Amino acid sequence: MTKDIEIALREAAEALPAAAGLDVGPLIAERAAAEGLLDVAYAIVDSPLGPLVVAATPRGLVRLAYTESRGEDEVVADLAAKLSPRILEAPERLDDARRELVEYFEGRRHGFDLPIDWSLAQGFTGEVLRQTARIGFGETSTYADVANRAGSPRAVRAAGNALGANPIPVVVPCHRVLRTGGALGGYTGGVERKEFLLRLEGVLA
Amino acid sequence: MKLPPFQVLLDAHSADLYRFCVATAGSGEADDCFQETWIAALRAYPKLRRADNLRAWLFRIAQNKAIDLHRARGRRPVPVEAVPEISAAEAAGRDGESQLWVAVRQLPPKQRTAVFCRAVLGMPYDELAVLLESSQDAARRNVFEGLKKLREEWTA
Repeated sequence: MTKDIEIALREAAEALPAAAGLDVGPLIAERAAAEGLLDVAYAIVDSPLGPLVVAATPRGLVRLAYTESRGEDEVVADLAAKLSPRILEAPERLDDARRELVEYFEGRRHGFDLPIDWSLAQGFTGEVLRQTARIGFGETSTYADVANRAGSPRAVRAAGNALGANPIPVVVPCHRVLRTGGALGGYTGGVERKEFLLRLEGVLA
Repeated sequence: MKLPPFQVLLDAHSADLYRFCVATAGSGEADDCFQETWIAALRAYPKLRRADNLRAWLFRIAQNKAIDLHRARGRRPVPVEAVPEISAAEAAGRDGESQLWVAVRQLPPKQRTAVFCRAVLGMPYDELAVLLESSQDAARRNVFEGLKKLREEWTA
């Protein structure tokens, strides 16, 4: 026998089964959820606006992010830092969100029934976004109006910043907030996306 | 101190960790060892003080799970109509698994871990020392002793 034991071990390791028959990610995620150890679940959901990172805590939907400007990994790392490092890709946990988003983008749904976790929208930002969440499909509002409804009529610029920091675009419809006078204003995901959503809702031709 | 998303650990270490579980706990216990390791790691994760040496931390948990499973199996009552003990070689042949892992499982736990992590994963000694909660010298000795025993078996 000339072959060294270390080489033999490496070769034998090559032959070991990879987690055979185990769908590792979902398996661990579901067990973790069952034991209350999954603080944040996320999934990648395809949409006409590109892949979306959709994340939920046990309390509800907490984040929806476009992945063009910031990659998926960066969004997930940010959630780990801000919410909890116990974050796993768990598509089954986001089945409801995925279904409602698909229905919305296909024009079959005008409102979302998903519970929301507002953890990432504190203080005035949270207040502005809660008011924004009440603007219905096909309606629009203005920065001045949401500032007013959030209780600070003069904080128009702050309201704009709050909308720009919306952790859950689309579902919290910051795209429905326009400049006074009707100009579109800005949008986190790019103004083309805002136009797309307003067109989908019949606001823009 | 920022801990990476747990998903990053899962993506990075699942394949190696599963092989470690098969090699050190045996194919019959590997699935349990693997799952229990991840769940225990997830449970403890937010309390970790340091984000370096996550792989060593993870494999230490797996090593301990493999030992627990081994003990639990030892304590399990054996039914009277149980099939007669088969030799390690037969068992290995039957599972289509290399006899080498059967020999690895005969080693003391630290040597078992040391041999796998060094020879298969190429783990540096400082990391192995963290894993084994020992000095680097002790880690080297565990690799050396383990390989020596295997070599004797292998060439016998």
